[in-house]
Amino acid sequence: MNIGRRHTTKAFPWRRSLWIASLLTPALVVMVLFVLWPLLSAFRLAFYEFNGLQPTGFIGFENFRKVLFEQPYSGWTYNALKHNIIAFVALMVFENGTAFLLAYSLLKALPGHRIHQVIVFLPVVLSAVIVGFLWKLFLHPLFGLVNQTLALVGIGAVPWLGNESTALGSVLFANIWHWLGFPTLVLLAGMQRISKEAIEAARLDGAGDYVLMTRIIWPLIAPSITIVTILTFIGSFNWFEIPYVMAGLTGSPGGATDVLGLYFYRTAFGSTTTGIQDFGQGSALAVMMFIIVAGVTAIALRYLRRREIEL
Amino acid sequence: MSAAVGTREPGELLKNGAIQLMLAINAVIMIYPLFVMVMSSFKTNAEIFSSPFALPAHFSLANAERVWSETNFVRYLANSVSITAAAVMLILLFSTMAAYAIARYQFRLSALVLMFFLSGMTVPLKLAIIPLFIQLDSLGLVDSYAGLVLVYVAMGIPSAVFIMTGFLRTLPRELEESARMDGASEFRIMRSIMLPLARPALVIVAIQNAVPIWNDFFFPLVLITSDNLKTLPQGLTVFVGEFTTDWGVLFTGLTLAALPITLLYIVLSKQFISGITQGAVK
Repeated sequence: MNIGRRHTTKAFPWRRSLWIASLLTPALVVMVLFVLWPLLSAFRLAFYEFNGLQPTGFIGFENFRKVLFEQPYSGWTYNALKHNIIAFVALMVFENGTAFLLAYSLLKALPGHRIHQVIVFLPVVLSAVIVGFLWKLFLHPLFGLVNQTLALVGIGAVPWLGNESTALGSVLFANIWHWLGFPTLVLLAGMQRISKEAIEAARLDGAGDYVLMTRIIWPLIAPSITIVTILTFIGSFNWFEIPYVMAGLTGSPGGATDVLGLYFYRTAFGSTTTGIQDFGQGSALAVMMFIIVAGVTAIALRYLRRREIEL
Repeated sequence: MSAAVGTREPGELLKNGAIQLMLAINAVIMIYPLFVMVMSSFKTNAEIFSSPFALPAHFSLANAERVWSETNFVRYLANSVSITAAAVMLILLFSTMAAYAIARYQFRLSALVLMFFLSGMTVPLKLAIIPLFIQLDSLGLVDSYAGLVLVYVAMGIPSAVFIMTGFLRTLPRELEESARMDGASEFRIMRSIMLPLARPALVIVAIQNAVPIWNDFFFPLVLITSDNLKTLPQGLTVFVGEFTTDWGVLFTGLTLAALPITLLYIVLSKQFISGITQGAVK
């Protein structure tokens, strides 16, 4: 094929191997020590009893039994799981629904569309901690901007984060404000890949917005919808920062904003707030969360990919 | 898309007007909270509560001075800068080296090695935090810069290797071959010929990793306990605890924390957007 490389290869095979190995070594060492090993250990540790930092004995499925069937742990687990599911559905409907409308609007490329793209993506680059505290201040029952605005139109103060029925919704709202730009731009990128010819041909054939949307755009952006759905699912199951910052580690009030990420952290590390610190139970939770995320992602990928092909 | 098709029709104009209106409302919802945050940072507590919608009476820097002098804010900022910089440099270095080996040489295990790196992309490292914590503890790296940086490097390598391998494969063989014929060493070929060509991919990888590392809260929360080592997002929680009732100072803290990345974003918005959405849009 080429004389130069063969020459090097044949003449100094050991030298070449050494060079390749030294290029690969640092990345591989980091991956083995800080990804592969911890991941395998997470599965192993779930079957051990802990007393402090080191596992003390193999106890089979005991940790799983506790978090799934023994009160109060099981109650906390299902309460958190329920909120994760609610969060996923709410984000799909409100965040991705809004993102879809925005993406379709931006697709028109009306004057100012680039500025809108920059604006809608701006909160995405901020830390969830900043976003969480910002909205916590805005949602303050007496002095917060939201209630002060409502007061202008004569609506009384709502204790957004202090009320069981509004707390989760408030936290979700902040999350949607934070992330909206991400699905918007992913969907927009999907829409922009549809050929102009396809859209113009449909237009010339007299297709209105509705037909254009259902027959051309929706089917052709199926891959983007798959990605957005899966990322929303993963995101909602790893949800941690905004509920932690806005509503606290125990998911107050009454556990109304408790999600699996918080519950997992609290079980593993939160000794000061709840009196529990159990690496064994924490590992069991981590394994279950991992199985849920990996399992649902695999099933969703298969199902959604098939839909893509059919369409 | 063609805005031109049928723009002249009144129906189309009306529709475009409606779209512009919707986009404008959305822009206000996105920007107004940030605007209030910045404006409030110039206000006194009394001003924030009595006239929340007004512009500040004086653009006073008193709050900023208090944040600067009475808190550990500068320390947190410096920690975030050094941890993010160190992690991103190491990610770029390690992943480019590995990707270079995979992309530019043929060796027996290359497919397997690439597979190993790619499988790392599917692992949510947050869920492995318990064994990670035990691991770092046994290495004496809990509550240290090094421990946190190593976790970030591990988190960043898989997708970085993926992007760099894809990019390095597209570079032409000819340059490499002719340099080799001229007697250049393998290292020299990599450093002086290939890497300068890979700059666009390096920028994408840098931004894609810098943003989540800079913003991360979870790993410092678990791994860092000394106040002196805390990063900015983590430090903000301390800060908010100290000033719960002084909203002027709170908004100033949030504004100052948001400032660096916002300014960078405004200057480099295109690179930021493609950097962060890169993985998804593929």
